[in-house]
Amino acid sequence: MSDSTSTDAAIEVWGLCKRYGAFEAVRGIDISVRRGEVFGLLGPNGAGKTTTVEILEGYRQRSAGDVSVLGEDPASRKRALRQRIGIVLQSGGIYSYVTPREALRHWAAFYPAPRDVEEVLALAGLQDKAAQPSRKLSGGQLRRLDFALALVGDPELIFLDEPTTGFDPAARRSAWETVRRLRDLGKTILLTTHYLDEAQELADRVAIMKDGRVLAIGPPRELGSGASSYRVAYRNHAGELIERQTDDPTRLLNELTAEALARGERLEELSVGRPTLEDLYLELTADG
Amino acid sequence: MAELRARRGPSAGRGIPLLAWRQYRLERRMFWRNPSAAFFNFLLPLLFLAGGGIILSGNQHELNRLVPAIAAMSVMSTTFTALAYNIVFLRERGVLKRIRGTPLPTISYFGGVLANAVTNTALQIAIVVLAGRLLLGIGWPRDGVELAVFALAGVMCFCGLGVAFAHLIPNFESTAAYVNAVFLPVVFLSFYVFDSKSAPAFLRTIVDALPLKPLIDGLWAAIVTGSGLGGKLDALAVIALWGALGCYYAIRGFSWEQARA
Repeated sequence: MSDSTSTDAAIEVWGLCKRYGAFEAVRGIDISVRRGEVFGLLGPNGAGKTTTVEILEGYRQRSAGDVSVLGEDPASRKRALRQRIGIVLQSGGIYSYVTPREALRHWAAFYPAPRDVEEVLALAGLQDKAAQPSRKLSGGQLRRLDFALALVGDPELIFLDEPTTGFDPAARRSAWETVRRLRDLGKTILLTTHYLDEAQELADRVAIMKDGRVLAIGPPRELGSGASSYRVAYRNHAGELIERQTDDPTRLLNELTAEALARGERLEELSVGRPTLEDLYLELTADG
Repeated sequence: MAELRARRGPSAGRGIPLLAWRQYRLERRMFWRNPSAAFFNFLLPLLFLAGGGIILSGNQHELNRLVPAIAAMSVMSTTFTALAYNIVFLRERGVLKRIRGTPLPTISYFGGVLANAVTNTALQIAIVVLAGRLLLGIGWPRDGVELAVFALAGVMCFCGLGVAFAHLIPNFESTAAYVNAVFLPVVFLSFYVFDSKSAPAFLRTIVDALPLKPLIDGLWAAIVTGSGLGGKLDALAVIALWGALGCYYAIRGFSWEQARA
């Protein structure tokens, strides 16, 4: 599947492939992420999301295809490129005996124009824990430190790999709020997630991946409702929930109601729905 | 939310040496905050020295051999052992991967890490020599240059071997087993061959080809006999060869992240 490309793209990917021996983790994907956009990579575990992102971050070499991140090839691992990106890894550790403030000051020195450390601590909600050794921070606080370390260099582009996995609902909302603030600051964000609500809440556009391929790409609301089929549901006389997919709900409703009337039955809980992102996701990522 | 301000200016250090210096300072700070690191690096050799001193009390000839042996063991523990532990810990915890994603130059990172190891070794040797002088009655080192040369060669050799050895360790839980499986036999056999005139020839050949015994020989010459660097070039060559091998594999096989399951 091909996505439209634009001259102001922060990330462009053409025909990207990654093989580990005989296993193809990524099988020829095309993606374009515009500057200032929050782009979600959505898919089940093993879909190839993290492999794709790690190629874009410069951690892995691609097997085939072309990649451009802020106009550079990340495989070259240029320091100048790494000064313009921030990375929140799926699981990245930090020194046990260093406080968040010390870690941020250390990290800030890597960048030509870092953010003020105290302001980043405030943005991440870590002011109260700034002087605690990181080994005494909770999981949620460590995740906030992940965000802070990725932001202290004032990057143009931020990679967030499964940023809220394992969070409780309050922590997730807080992380979402941080992502929205970053978007408001004009940052480009590439977010991988397997949470549909997260993609729906945060992403301007999403790509749904499965088995190393992009199956659908577009704004989350349009992706669901833009699909051609409708879902008609009702309970039959035995109480079973029946679901039918159709491109022409008028005709199907006419048939169903005519048959029910002829039998003298009611169609309980009759509903006609447009497919949601969740419906599309489940349909596309279903096994087999 | 308050608008974040970018801070620009000369304080944002970017040079490789400056970043190495900052990494070094961070390593020192972390070292002193970690009680077990401080214990293993400083207290343990002193305990060995005290124990050996009690056993060998009154035998100045043996005490003269004990101090350089403990000094050499200290070099190995502050470099080989400490680096293998640290690299595996940082790799398995994802710290190395995080560092890899930043603009910190690799050379700055390892410059700071190695300078930290050199500092620990220098402190250790100073403590062992001082304790030997004050508690065990051995003299001040006879040849300062030779001491510095062997200490530095030992540091470079065991640093390389420590980083290279970390590649073989699959997870942090097994680090102690892997490290001790090398450290303890090498220390035990090297001490035995160094101290015993009756050690079997084959064992002497093997141990002389390993890097610790030549280091003990070199430090012994520097601290006790003052025989000069020229008499110990063969020992230096063995250390240098192991060092070259260690550095080659340290760089070639280095992994910044956990192996994928």
